[in-house]
Amino acid sequence: MTLLAVEGVSKRFPARRGLVDVLSGRPRQAVHAVEQVSLEVRRGETLGIVGESGCGKSTFARCLVRLYEPDEGAIRFEGADVLALQGDARRNFNRHVQMVFQDPYGSLNPRMTVGDTLAEALSVHAVVARAQVPARVRELLDLVHLPADAAERYPHEFSGGQRQRIGIARALAVEPSLIIADEPVSALDVSVQASIVNLFLELQARLGLTLVFITHDLRLVKHMTHRVAVMYLGRIVEVGPTADLFAAPRHPYTQALIRAVPHVKPAAREARRNRQAAVTGELPSPLKPPPGCAFHPRCPIAQPACAQAVPALEDRGGAWPVACIRVSG
Amino acid sequence: MNTPLLQVQDLRVTFTTGRGAVHAVDGVTFDVGAGEVLGLVGESGSGKSVTLRAIPRLLHDNAAVSGRVLWHGQDLLTIPDERLRAIRGGQVAMVFQEPMSALNPVLPIGMQIDEVLVAHTDMDRAARRRRAIELLGLVGIASAATRLDQYPHEFSGGMRQRAMIAISLAAQPALLLADEPTTALDVTIQDQILTLLLQLVSELGMAMVLVTHDLGVVAETCDRVAVMYAGRLCETGPVELVFNRPRHAYTDALLRSMPGDGAAGAMLTPIPGQPPRIDSPVPGCAFAPRCSYAEPRCTTERPVLTAYAPGHDSACYAATRLPARVEEGAA
Ligand SMILES: Nc1ncnc2c1ncn2[C@@H]1O[C@H](COP(=O)(O)OP(=O)(O)OP(=O)(O)O)[C@@H](O)[C@H]1O
Ligand SMILES: Nc1ncnc2c1ncn2[C@@H]1O[C@H](COP(=O)(O)OP(=O)(O)OP(=O)(O)O)[C@@H](O)[C@H]1O
Ligand SMILES: [Mg+2]
Ligand SMILES: [Mg+2]
Repeated sequence: MTLLAVEGVSKRFPARRGLVDVLSGRPRQAVHAVEQVSLEVRRGETLGIVGESGCGKSTFARCLVRLYEPDEGAIRFEGADVLALQGDARRNFNRHVQMVFQDPYGSLNPRMTVGDTLAEALSVHAVVARAQVPARVRELLDLVHLPADAAERYPHEFSGGQRQRIGIARALAVEPSLIIADEPVSALDVSVQASIVNLFLELQARLGLTLVFITHDLRLVKHMTHRVAVMYLGRIVEVGPTADLFAAPRHPYTQALIRAVPHVKPAAREARRNRQAAVTGELPSPLKPPPGCAFHPRCPIAQPACAQAVPALEDRGGAWPVACIRVSG
Repeated sequence: MNTPLLQVQDLRVTFTTGRGAVHAVDGVTFDVGAGEVLGLVGESGSGKSVTLRAIPRLLHDNAAVSGRVLWHGQDLLTIPDERLRAIRGGQVAMVFQEPMSALNPVLPIGMQIDEVLVAHTDMDRAARRRRAIELLGLVGIASAATRLDQYPHEFSGGMRQRAMIAISLAAQPALLLADEPTTALDVTIQDQILTLLLQLVSELGMAMVLVTHDLGVVAETCDRVAVMYAGRLCETGPVELVFNRPRHAYTDALLRSMPGDGAAGAMLTPIPGQPPRIDSPVPGCAFAPRCSYAEPRCTTERPVLTAYAPGHDSACYAATRLPARVEEGAA
C-alpha cells in the first residue's frame, strides 16, 4: 500500500547573476536539481535512492519533508496533499515523517547539549510524559550505541560518526512512521554501522517503520532495501526490486555504478590499476543539462536518437521501469 | 625503502571538559614515507580524526597534546605558530571529515581556493583563477567557472567534500591528511577522486594518511593500514597481511561485521558490547571486555605492539590464536 506518493516533482535553483551577466543580457541560468520525479513509497518497505553525487537526492528528500517547496508536482502522504497541509495536520505530518540529515554537523544546534536536543524533540510532539523524558533520552542514546554521559555533552565534543548517530536518535525520538535518511551511516565503521542497520530492520519488523534510505553504499542498499531508485542528473532512470535490479541492471548508468564498487579482495590495488574508469566522458552539469537523455554523452551504447528526447521511465518489456530507449526486454 | 616524511611518536591527546578528562588518543606511533599511502581505520570514536587534526595543530582549545610529530626533522607540535602557518595548507594539507565544519559559509568556494593560492604560491590573479577552475574540474565539478561564485550551502554534500579536496590540493601538498575524503561520494566519483589522489602519490611522491571506514577503499588504495581502537593503535601492517591474517582480535571482529553475501535483509553481525569509557586511561587491552578471545591478563596487562611478520605489528595476546581469513567474495 502506498504511504507516500510523489508525482512529477521538480525543484530548480536559480543561479546568481553577476553584473556582467546582466549587462550582456545573458539569460538567467538555473540548477535543475530535481526534474519530474514520480515515485511511490510503500508502507513498511525500505526504498533505496542511489545516484551520482550532486544528482539531486538531498534536494528531493528535502522536498519530501517540505523543507523545500517544489516548483512543480504533488506529494501525498496517506492520501493527503502534503504541500497544502496547515496547522495541526502539518504538525502531525512533521512528527510522522522524520529526516536524518546528510550533514550532522550543520543540523545540530551547537549551543544545546545532546540531551536537550533529544528532550526538545520529545516535548514538542509530547511523545512521553515530562517525567519520563530523561529515561527516554538515555534509552535513545543506548539504541544508537552512544554512552549515557553523551546527554550532557555538546555536539562539538563528539566524533563525526557519533554526531551522525545523534541525528538518528533525534529522528527516532518522536516514533515516526516514515524516516527519510540521507546517508545516515556513512561515517560509521562497519561494526557500528551493522548495529544501526539492525536497529532499522528491527523497528521495521516490530513497528512497521517505512524507510527511504539515500546512500552511496551499494553493499548496504543490496543488503537492506526492498526496492531501489537510481537517479541521474535530477531524474529517476531506473526503479525496481533491489535483488533483481542488482542481478540484472537495465540502465547503462546503473550498470556502470554497480561495476565501480570497490572490492575487499587481496590484490585489489593491482586490479584497480588495471581497471578502466567506470564512467568516462564529460561530467554533466545541472546548470546545462544535455539534451535528450542526460547520460548520453557518457553512455557506451548511445545513439543519435538519445540526444533527441528525454526517455520516459517505462517498463520497456521488462519487469520494472527504466528510462532508456536502448533497453528492451 | 622510503625515508619517513612524517613521524608521529607516542602521540597523546586529552580533552578537558566540564565533566573531566577525555583520553581520546593514547600513545599512537606511526610514520609515512613520500609516495606512500597509510590507511587509518577503526571504530567510530576511536580517535582517528583527533590523531589527524593533532598533526597540524588543528584541535579545539580544550585539547592537551603530547608526543612528537616530526616533519623534515622539526617537531610540528612545538615550532612557532608563524612557521606552522607556512606549512599548514601548503606542504601539509588536510581534508576534514565534515566539510561544513571546515568551509567558510559566507565565502564563495572560489575565494576559499584563492586564499590558499595567495598564501602558498606566487601566482598572479589570472593564473589563480585558471588554477581554481582547473582544480574544480579535477574533482569532477562541472560548469566550474559558474560554481566558483557559489557558496558552500549551494553545493551538494559530495560537492562540498570535493571542493574541500580541491582546496587541500591547491598548493600541491607533500603530505595529505585525508579524513573520510570520499564518504559523501558515489562509487564512480569516488573512483575518479581516488585515481586523482593516487596519481599525485605515484607521480609527485605525495604522502597520504587516509582515514576511512570503507575497507574496500583501503584494499584498493593503501600500502599499509593502521587499526585504531579506543585511542590506541592495535595493529599495523601491509594491507593484504592485515586483511588476510589479522593479528588483533578487534581487526578480526571488524572484518567479520562487513555485510557480505549473506541473505538480504538478514541481521548483520556487529561486535557485541560498547567501547570502553575513556574518561580515565583503560588498563589492559581496551578491547578485552568485548573480545571473544580474551584471557585473564588481557584486562590487567596492556599488550605492546609486537611483530608477527616484517612490518606487521599487533598488540594482542590472542594474535597467534586468530584464524586466517578465507578469501572474501565480491561485494
Ligand atoms: N573537543 C572535544 N572535547 C571532548 N571530547 C572530544 C572532543 N573531540 C573529540 N572528542 C572525543 O574523542 C574521541 C575520539 O574522537 P575522533 O573524532 O577522533 O573519533 P573518530 O575515530 O574520528 O570517529 P569517527 O569514525 O566517528 O569519525 C571521541 O570519543 C570523541 O567523543
Ligand atoms: N540551496 C541550494 N541553492 C542552490 N543550489 C543548490 C541548493 N541545494 C542544492 N543545490 C544544487 O542542486 C544540485 C543537487 O544537489 P543535492 O544536494 O540534491 O545532490 P545530492 O544528490 O544529494 O548529492 P550528494 O550525493 O553529493 O549529497 C546540485 O547541483 C547542487 O549544487
Ligand atoms: Mg546529498
Ligand atoms: Mg572521525
